[in-house]
Amino acid sequence: MSQTADSVVDQIEHDHSHAEPRKGPLRWLLTVNHKDVGTMYLVLSLVALLVGGVMALAIRAELFEPGLQLMQPQFYNSLVTMHGLTMIFLAIMPGLVGLANWMVPLQIGAADMYWPRVNNWAFWMLPPAALILWWTFFMPQGAPGTGWTMYAPLSSTYGPPSVDWMIMAIHIMGISSVLGALNIMLTIFKMRAPGIKLTDVPLFTWSWLITAFLLLLAMPVLAGAATMLLTDRHFDTHFFDAAAGGNPVLFQHIFWFFGHPEVYIMILPAFGVISEVVPTFSHKPLFGRTSMLYATGAITFMSAIVWAHHMFTVGMPVTAQLFFMYTTMLIAVPTGIKVFNWVATMWRGSLTFETPMLWAVAFIFLFTIGGFSGLMLADVPADYQYQDTYFVVAHLHYVLVTGSLFAIFAAVYYWLPKWTGHMYNDRLSKWHFWLSVISVNITFFPMHFAGLAGMPRRIPDYALQFTDFNMLSSVGAFVFGITQLLFIWIVIQTVRGGRKVGDRAWEGAKGLEWTLSSPTPYHCFVEAPSRKTVDEEFH
Amino acid sequence: MWKRLLLALMILPQAAAAAAQGESPPLNFNMPYGVTAASRDAYDMHMLLFWVCVAIGVGVFSVMIWSIIRHRRSRGAKASQFSENTKVEVIWTVIPVLILAGVAVPATAVLLKTNAESPEPDVVVDVHGSQWKWQYAYPDQDISFFSNLSSTSRDAGRVDAQESPANVPYYLLDVDNPLVVPAGQDVRLRITSDDVIHSWWVPQLGFKTDAVPGMVNKMDIVIDEPGIYRGQCAELCGTGHGYMPVVVEAVTPEAFTEWVAQKHQAAAEENEKASAPWTREVAMREGEKVYGSVCAACHQANGQGIEGTFPALEGGKITTGPLKAHLDIVIHGSEKNPVMQAYDKQLSDREIAAVVTYERNAWSNDTGDLVTPQAVEAAR
Repeated sequence: MSQTADSVVDQIEHDHSHAEPRKGPLRWLLTVNHKDVGTMYLVLSLVALLVGGVMALAIRAELFEPGLQLMQPQFYNSLVTMHGLTMIFLAIMPGLVGLANWMVPLQIGAADMYWPRVNNWAFWMLPPAALILWWTFFMPQGAPGTGWTMYAPLSSTYGPPSVDWMIMAIHIMGISSVLGALNIMLTIFKMRAPGIKLTDVPLFTWSWLITAFLLLLAMPVLAGAATMLLTDRHFDTHFFDAAAGGNPVLFQHIFWFFGHPEVYIMILPAFGVISEVVPTFSHKPLFGRTSMLYATGAITFMSAIVWAHHMFTVGMPVTAQLFFMYTTMLIAVPTGIKVFNWVATMWRGSLTFETPMLWAVAFIFLFTIGGFSGLMLADVPADYQYQDTYFVVAHLHYVLVTGSLFAIFAAVYYWLPKWTGHMYNDRLSKWHFWLSVISVNITFFPMHFAGLAGMPRRIPDYALQFTDFNMLSSVGAFVFGITQLLFIWIVIQTVRGGRKVGDRAWEGAKGLEWTLSSPTPYHCFVEAPSRKTVDEEFH
Repeated sequence: MWKRLLLALMILPQAAAAAAQGESPPLNFNMPYGVTAASRDAYDMHMLLFWVCVAIGVGVFSVMIWSIIRHRRSRGAKASQFSENTKVEVIWTVIPVLILAGVAVPATAVLLKTNAESPEPDVVVDVHGSQWKWQYAYPDQDISFFSNLSSTSRDAGRVDAQESPANVPYYLLDVDNPLVVPAGQDVRLRITSDDVIHSWWVPQLGFKTDAVPGMVNKMDIVIDEPGIYRGQCAELCGTGHGYMPVVVEAVTPEAFTEWVAQKHQAAAEENEKASAPWTREVAMREGEKVYGSVCAACHQANGQGIEGTFPALEGGKITTGPLKAHLDIVIHGSEKNPVMQAYDKQLSDREIAAVVTYERNAWSNDTGDLVTPQAVEAAR
């Protein structure tokens, strides 16, 4: 190997002259080790999941029954906004980046990330951004109540002062994402062990390669939208101010040009995880690997030309509505191919149902349901009814919670034994799974009905006919929320101890990460894996 | 907060029991079929897609469930090692494309139909969204009014409400002045906004259309049956987003003509009153009405506002301070807080004079001021 990260890693090796992490608390601040950085991302993700989860529970508590019981409408709007931003930018995205940090170098036999120092920096930008974002609750007039979509002019002319800080936080998180994406991309391009062709890389890594491109496409556009908002607020640029010749709909076009690729940023790596877990526990190679690669590419391309399906009611020309309806429907084809491939992988396999597989199977079922409602939403005449109702809330939570989040759980259960050298508590992990999968459906399935019956989203109080659906959702949400404490306990337990696992923690697992000892050494692949190892794991 | 939550959880069984006894309104699980062509088309598209999804779901999930049951190791399943089958892969790429094309054809037809403009609408209504009420103006009939959440819903919806929402008919879906349109006739809605983006939505009418400042979105509808149809603002528009319902009353064309005549007569009576001397009593009476339809959404009927969001007017710095500042903020809006908008275009001199007089003398406010329409005109 002759790549640049080696020189950095060499230097670290030299400084410490052994393969141990730095002692003391500075370890975490100064670390350039991809495993440490990955762990920090995952911990941040878990913290944000709790913070965003508490916000969600406050929302669900208020919606338990008609009338206002707990909070004023403005605070409710702030919660809705912050719940969305926290879950998207601080829970799901860092969770997936954390997995990439851990697993991409291990899967391609690299010693570390291409830019270890940038990696450290990209992570450490996030905690301040999180604090800024959450601190807006304590600012005059409270946190922004604009929804995570920040539509102008509600966020520009009519926004509270805290909107500026939200923009600041989004900029910081955006820079962090772009650096992370570049780093992952370069690692995969430049640091693959000899003998691994680009098309050979495991699907998790492949998904992340594609996702990295999508991040580079989308995040600068978000930065543009946020900056225009800022200059509208303070420098009279009037981009979105109709009274001065601007156009509020312009904001939506720019925002969703970021926003739709963003949802694929959150689901493609999840697809990657499922493509790792399902073959392992089916004891059978992944079906249609090539078509998986192409499907991912097709989804990526198409995700950039469907954005205005979020805006069907805004008053677009009918030709534009038709165009975005067709592209949105078409994106179901490559997505369907992925689902079919997973099912075909399970077909005539020799299935075992360890916890990661349970999450993966639940993912395929429930993500598909989210995909169905997505297909329904694509149909414009019906979308005139669905738009901005709880039907959309149900849809997006099926793809984000039972999609992305479930995949992250699958990944953690799948690789935690590798990371820690210990097997998790099997019985508790099954409890975690079953409680989650039941309660998540109690939470989100009734939302389909509430939406169809006519309940708009983002309202702090509702008409009486929606009461039963909301009560059910609230009960489910509390069970789901509390169940996640079990997950934290399981992870802590596993880090501390537990049954030792061998190098190949799952007998059906293939890939370079399973050739390393468990727990993974602090520095590994300092020498590239041999061609023989590569051939065995990849073919 | 947690105490209340605990309490809420404790009453859950009770609530469930009440629901079982059929005390709550009937549950709707599906999209309404509605009373316009657009709503029926939306429903048909919705059901078509639903059944398509069910069919695909049954196919995919049964294969999966079969695998989960039959191909498990605990049943001694041996894994085969196939990983490709071009024929199958082509099939499951082509078939979805065909299904989608099959769905897209009717969707396109319906979409073109829904978006087609009727050549000559019988009634035109300008719909203006503003924080947090709707204004309906009939340019040909010279009628214009605001449509506010009913006071019963507003009172029951407060955090410290005395009345339970369960006792309020059409809680949060009831307004003081509904939009009245003739059934069976072509109605054109020209929807726009005076401030932020709102969305005008009545599920029974089959569509929602965003109210965007600086844009006019046209929507042509024919409502088949007379009746009252209820909906809500569907785009997050700030604090009062959940509190600006849309109520449409479709009446027979004859009743509509009558309604228009009534409105005209009421307006004539108002005009007559306007020529009467401008006294404190008149101003207070008219002011209370304006206050109820324009100001109470934020500042509340009792003038207490909402702490931290909407300032109280009872004993307020502006309402009991110099008159000039009071007129200024009502006419030109607040510079610090855009939610307090400028009412110079929405309200007449007389209405502003009345409401400012009211605010300065209602509740425990006791400035004794009588503001004249002339003073308002001068302050503009």
